[in-house]
Amino acid sequence: MKKGRTYGAKALVKTLEKLGVEVIFGYPGGANLPIYEALASSSIKHVLARHEQGASHMADGYARATGKVGVCLATSGPGATNLVTGIATAYMDSVPVLAITGQVPSFNIGTDAFQEVDTTGITIPVTKHNLLVQNVREIPSRVEEAFHICSTGRKGPVLIDIPKDVLKQDFSMPEPKEIVLEGYKPNTDSHPGQIKRAVKLLEQSRRPLIIAGGGIASSDSYKELKHFVEKTGIPLIYTFMGKTALSDSHPLNFGMCGYHGKVVANQAIDQSDVILALGARFSNRHTINLETYPGHKKIIHVDIDPAEIGKNVETLLPIVGDLKSTLHKLTDHIHQTANEDWVSRLRDIDSRALVTPVPEKELNQPAVMRIMQEYLENPLVITDVGRHQMFAAHEFKLEAGRNFLSSGGLGTMGFALPAAIGAAMACPDRQVVAVAGDGSFVMNCQEMITAAELDINMICFVMNDQRLGMIVQLQDEFYKSGFDISNLGSHTDYVKMAESMGVAGHRAVTAEELHSLMKDKSLYQGVHIVECIVPPGENTYPMVNGESLLDIVEEGGR
Amino acid sequence: MKKHTISILCDDVPGVMTRISGLFSRRGFNIESLSVGTTDQPGKSRFTIVVNGDDTVLEQVRKQLQKLINVINVWDYKEESIVAREHALLKVRAERKHRGELLQLVSSIQARIIDASSDVWTLEITGDTDDVSSFIDLFRHYEIIESIRTGKIALKRG
Repeated sequence: MKKGRTYGAKALVKTLEKLGVEVIFGYPGGANLPIYEALASSSIKHVLARHEQGASHMADGYARATGKVGVCLATSGPGATNLVTGIATAYMDSVPVLAITGQVPSFNIGTDAFQEVDTTGITIPVTKHNLLVQNVREIPSRVEEAFHICSTGRKGPVLIDIPKDVLKQDFSMPEPKEIVLEGYKPNTDSHPGQIKRAVKLLEQSRRPLIIAGGGIASSDSYKELKHFVEKTGIPLIYTFMGKTALSDSHPLNFGMCGYHGKVVANQAIDQSDVILALGARFSNRHTINLETYPGHKKIIHVDIDPAEIGKNVETLLPIVGDLKSTLHKLTDHIHQTANEDWVSRLRDIDSRALVTPVPEKELNQPAVMRIMQEYLENPLVITDVGRHQMFAAHEFKLEAGRNFLSSGGLGTMGFALPAAIGAAMACPDRQVVAVAGDGSFVMNCQEMITAAELDINMICFVMNDQRLGMIVQLQDEFYKSGFDISNLGSHTDYVKMAESMGVAGHRAVTAEELHSLMKDKSLYQGVHIVECIVPPGENTYPMVNGESLLDIVEEGGR
Repeated sequence: MKKHTISILCDDVPGVMTRISGLFSRRGFNIESLSVGTTDQPGKSRFTIVVNGDDTVLEQVRKQLQKLINVINVWDYKEESIVAREHALLKVRAERKHRGELLQLVSSIQARIIDASSDVWTLEITGDTDDVSSFIDLFRHYEIIESIRTGKIALKRG
């Protein structure tokens, strides 16, 4: 090839390098092979997933663990459709994922060619933006654009679809152009007048409350939040996505609110007079029912996305802008608003919370999580979706930061293992721990094969209750037939499964066995699957079983 | 439920129509009329969408439309603040015995005959949505062979 000449795929890879991409999670196929040709001579590492869905969750886990853009790559047709669940998962939780797909050659588009699907059409509702690149000269600028859209404003996945012939086409790399997106101008600067009004409202309130959401992680505002909480003394609760916004051990952190929230947190929403919502979107898992939600009209809603304001709840005061700088400004202007009576009232409610004893010898899910924590130092916890996920949200006492990754919005079973692989790739120095149920683990268990081939350290705990636990719980609470649809049976040997895929497998039946396993230093090197035998009938509480956030029960049986 | 006239200025690129209409259809809204065309600005097109719906939900749709990367601006117009026009073509049977009446009707509503062959006339009618509807009704007395309407286009007054 002549000097200065390049080809589409090469330009793509060069642009990704320039943008600082270090790793791509992908799977090859006919239509994206030119990209692999270009990756051969690139500094970018490629991780071969064993299913495109796995690749998309790896990119997602990588992004959640670092705040950087996670990149996944698939071929056309089934490759692209397999990415969709992962893209939707990232979309619902506003995670910056760049998905690149090969497409059938331009001249075959629209002919129902082999492995052709309308990838951009399919992904419109689950991406922040997507595009089909038809002109090879546009590749560099389009990739930069996609990266920019992905990682600014309210973050989210962007998909680029490139036909194979465009990837292979020769051209001269154009001079880099400045990105001009007339229709994309995220409003990051919060209005000073609104800040003043918010400060006034908070200072005048008697029972102020902070609800922290996933926006704290998206905007990396952990320090700013802590500073604000400590200067003002305002108590905080969090949505599921806001776990680890503030350290779980912080005296002003009153825990998770919502469907499986803590009684004190749900009560706090009712009893507060002003709520400062920070990057929370008032999803139905948090509000239960908008008709009965006790937070209306007392919310100062801070969000970077103007479409979130008033979407679900009636606000008292909207602030559209970047959370980090908004928190800075709020902290600068506000004086202490602490109200000891209010905080002690919450402490009092919390002190009456039901404490379920944990068995000493046998294992149950809370016991497993408590034992794990005795041995883990500031771990990075990734959960799957189900009953174990709620146990994990309550049981893990974690520090503030990117320490708890979970699919909150879409609730994607099969998320934990691949996301943990992505997180372990991103954070080689951290103790990466995945927690999965025996249902969700199997949904992407093929990624153990991927993990076995990588130089990473991670432990995946599989809570084997032989049930789809959350389904059992829902059936117990709300359905009568007793149809045993959630029984997974007892014939799966997770230890052998792990070993057959090239990673270490362990089983713990008693507390003592789990202790001795956790004490073994070799558990912290390489990839380990730990099957924990836990009882099947163990539902997760508290749980809302009525029409309102306040209809919350702490034990089953009513 | 109220009638909304939503106007969208956007990039003239493939897929923008699907993105826009998807935000209505996923909420179960039926678009009553939609018209789109280029503008005086190169590379930009303008949509006018008429839709019936709940004010709060449509405000959410407007915000979501505004978030689309290819959308530059969105306006949800109040009826009294806009000038709006719709265009219709009407093919009617113009039998010899009715031609006199028809001609009178055509000139009284300022329609135009844009094509006439033997006993079939094609008329052109312009007006706001209600005008166009009532004009078409006037011709129902005769035989309407085919008709088509553009959907509303609108700009803010002043």
